[in-house]
Amino acid sequence: MSSQPEPDGKLLEVEHLKLHFPIRDGIIFDRQVASVHAVDDVTFDLIEGETLGLVGESGCGKTTLSRALMRLLEPTDGTVRFRGKDVTHAGHKQLEPVRRDMQMVFQDPYASLNPRKRISQIIGLPLRLHGAPRDSIENRVRELLEKVGLHPEHLNRYPHEFSGGQRQRIGVARALALEPRLIVLDEPVSALDVSVQAQIINLLDDLQDEFKLTYLFVAHDLSVVRHVSDRIAVMYLGKLMEVSPAEELYTKPIHPYTGALLAAIPIPDPRENRRRERIVVGGEPPNPINPPSGCVFHPRCPRATDICRTVEPPLARYPSGHLAACHHPMNVTEDEIRAAERDETSPHGCGDELPKDSLETVSLPGSAGAS
Amino acid sequence: MPEPLLSVRDLEVSFATDEGVVQAVDGVSFDIGQGEILAVVGESGSGKSVSAMTLMGLTRSPNARFSGSAMYKGEDLISASDERLQDVRGAEIAMIFQDPMSSLNPVQKIGAQIVEQIQAHEALPDAQARERVVELLERVGIPRARERIDSYPFEFSGGMRQRVMIALALSCDPNVLIADEPTTALDVTIQAQILQRIRSLRDETGAAVILVTHDLGVVADIADRVAVMYAGRIVEQGSLDDIFYDPQHPYTWGLLGSITRVDKPRPARLPAIAGLPPSLADRPEGCHFRPRCPHEFAKCTEVPPLEARVEGGQHLDRCWLTVEQKRSDREVLPGEIGLRSKEGAPA
Repeated sequence: MSSQPEPDGKLLEVEHLKLHFPIRDGIIFDRQVASVHAVDDVTFDLIEGETLGLVGESGCGKTTLSRALMRLLEPTDGTVRFRGKDVTHAGHKQLEPVRRDMQMVFQDPYASLNPRKRISQIIGLPLRLHGAPRDSIENRVRELLEKVGLHPEHLNRYPHEFSGGQRQRIGVARALALEPRLIVLDEPVSALDVSVQAQIINLLDDLQDEFKLTYLFVAHDLSVVRHVSDRIAVMYLGKLMEVSPAEELYTKPIHPYTGALLAAIPIPDPRENRRRERIVVGGEPPNPINPPSGCVFHPRCPRATDICRTVEPPLARYPSGHLAACHHPMNVTEDEIRAAERDETSPHGCGDELPKDSLETVSLPGSAGAS
Repeated sequence: MPEPLLSVRDLEVSFATDEGVVQAVDGVSFDIGQGEILAVVGESGSGKSVSAMTLMGLTRSPNARFSGSAMYKGEDLISASDERLQDVRGAEIAMIFQDPMSSLNPVQKIGAQIVEQIQAHEALPDAQARERVVELLERVGIPRARERIDSYPFEFSGGMRQRVMIALALSCDPNVLIADEPTTALDVTIQAQILQRIRSLRDETGAAVILVTHDLGVVADIADRVAVMYAGRIVEQGSLDDIFYDPQHPYTWGLLGSITRVDKPRPARLPAIAGLPPSLADRPEGCHFRPRCPHEFAKCTEVPPLEARVEGGQHLDRCWLTVEQKRSDREVLPGEIGLRSKEGAPA
């Protein structure tokens, strides 16, 4: 496939993306005995200028997915198009110009900066690699430091002279250096103290406005992403469970897994916390080498019935544009269920059957004071 | 309050380092009674973990200096000999560490690790000790405990390993359980399971729990009383409701204001606390929070004592503002507690 014109505002298009890690065994004959289904048929778009929050617990494949989009890993199947251009299997040379436009900020601000390089070298490296004239680099680095709220005089310091929050600012400055269109933020505040988290989130917000950036914000729980996201995708065991406009996910979670994630977050308000009915989901995420049949969440789901064990639910599109892959959705009315349609982003292997009922007899785990 | 189980007074811990003397804990005092859960809250470097570990003698080293006391059953733990502490640790006071990945021995079966601890404190034959381990593992919610007892730590997930850590801590029926960020390394659904487990164990055994955490959500979920620490000092201490609904220290307001909540409409902008916590080797004089505090005034260069300023006498804080000033200044929006931004402070 060759380069196509950029379709209406879609910066990144991901179609039926799969990434399986092979597990090999054998002494003489090296053969593949199984594979880890890290990302299993995921489809979504990123619209220019938006922030998509990607949420899931450890092992759900969110980091693998973000690395596959950056083409740090090569997908097993499916396509990734960046600005209309297929980069799924692009080689080094073809990726070079694309990488200018997509940058990444990593989770651990201690491990992601080379301890033996000065800040000027760390932030200046992407500029040098992409051929910026030597004498312009220092000015540009000063400018970037100022943008992320650090003193330009810090230019010649080493990473160890900075706190965690300041280091994360340096990581952000490095990502900004080439004026990218897309920044993948892989848990950018998880390693920071709460008071500092708020500073970094506000900074990311300002930079997005100023440079018209598109963010993919990866996180392991639903509290932080809410403040940055326009839409949120919830992932479990390599699959998308729910994709929703950001605010609606909190007031009206449709998938029971999202409900469980929301209910599990303790609310920093003792009275509210005592009042709220909480269902603690038992068990742990299953092994992605041998995922459960049907809906991958069924072994832990309080609403699971026979159909959940056998048929993988398609992503149903509800009238508000909210997608959820569940046979027994929560918080939806009869009318909304009747109006639901099978979304074209549903995985290939799933059933056609749309939900018929909402099982309203079951109490809703996620409705935590959210009405 | 009845006779406290553990009573800490004026605890000070400092370490000699290349950068100078680091005063990690500076005059910490608190009591904890039977069956009580005390949360010690603070950010990295606030001294919360050092305080907890010092009670177990885990910070002893040639570079460390201690003063103050920690009275447990009429005995001071701070000045106790290493031999005496060996007997106390595990049996009377036990600890759950933050990182279940690195706090278990990777080359020893989990059952053997727990049996070792039991037999260090009690003369129990192997078979009986093993039987107790199976019971413990079942109690903390590990399925098929009889089979899993012979597994190595790498065969467990993070949540299961943390359960093993809890079983290990409970193996000799301790009276005080110190949990240092027990759920920080875990996913939220697993965190909810572990917190529920700690709460029900407290109900069953009547142990006192000191929970060290940075997460005010966890605190609201489980604690009875709260101590907020900043730069080595307790800046505010009170009941759960005191801290959440009538907080007296501006740092507490800032902490409460900067947490993201999933049950309220989202604010346009997250209130952040400007600036950074001070280096422990070079702390500002007087109130340590002064450089980041928008309500700073002349008196703040003197150290405010930790005392009851609110009526009632159980709610203590270290801030010179009057109670009336605090109650009007802490609202950033009507009904919402937070810290105003400080003019001219570095971002």
